[in-house]
Amino acid sequence: MSKMMKELTISATKENLYSVLALIDEQLELIGCPMKAQMQLDIAVEEIFVNIASYAYPDGNGTAVVRVEVQPDPPTAVITFIDSGTPYNPLAKTDPDITLTAAERQIGGLGIFMVKKSMDDVKYTYADGCNILTLKKGW
Amino acid sequence: MNIQKTVKGTALTISISGRIDTTTAPALEQELKSSLDGCTELTFDFAEVAYISSAGLRVLLSAQKTMNKQGSMKLKNANSSIMDIFEVTGFTEILTIE
Repeated sequence: MSKMMKELTISATKENLYSVLALIDEQLELIGCPMKAQMQLDIAVEEIFVNIASYAYPDGNGTAVVRVEVQPDPPTAVITFIDSGTPYNPLAKTDPDITLTAAERQIGGLGIFMVKKSMDDVKYTYADGCNILTLKKGW
Repeated sequence: MNIQKTVKGTALTISISGRIDTTTAPALEQELKSSLDGCTELTFDFAEVAYISSAGLRVLLSAQKTMNKQGSMKLKNANSSIMDIFEVTGFTEILTIE
């Protein structure tokens, strides 16, 4: 079994989160991804897709391309998100201070931090009017 | 996600099963909003929680902030994958986890 790729172009709305996750899970299951890595990938995909759905298109109308590539040896998943909305690099956001007490902690800012911590590599580029964000994880 | 509530006096246990994500977290937040009045002891039972994203963490942090003012809060039975998320995000320091 060599590299496999699937791609979905979908309206960037929160309601489509489960359709995106279904595509990801189907591909991960093909190569027997362990449950923990699958949950970490699902969480990362949720954070990125919901970010796009919430902020990329101020008028609420736009699409996102989600591409998932998996390979069994070495077991790796590469997931790419492309949108043509407002240029925004989520990786530029300052990490939250996770040593603060509950009272001091801000509600929010945790999503992208979790993505950075759980993936092997996260890349952002802006090209041809598109935000392109790529997640990579092996196990 | 399903939520089950058990009330004993001013102690409330909330048992959650399924996923706490962007889609389901608002229902949990709503449930807490309507349940925490007069509650002095809040327990989350996470035995059946399979997944939590930042949307769920936000609800837990908000509940912890509320309970700091009126009593105590603890969380029990989280599985190892959920515990990893709490550790990475520093939630093991701000939540009381059994």
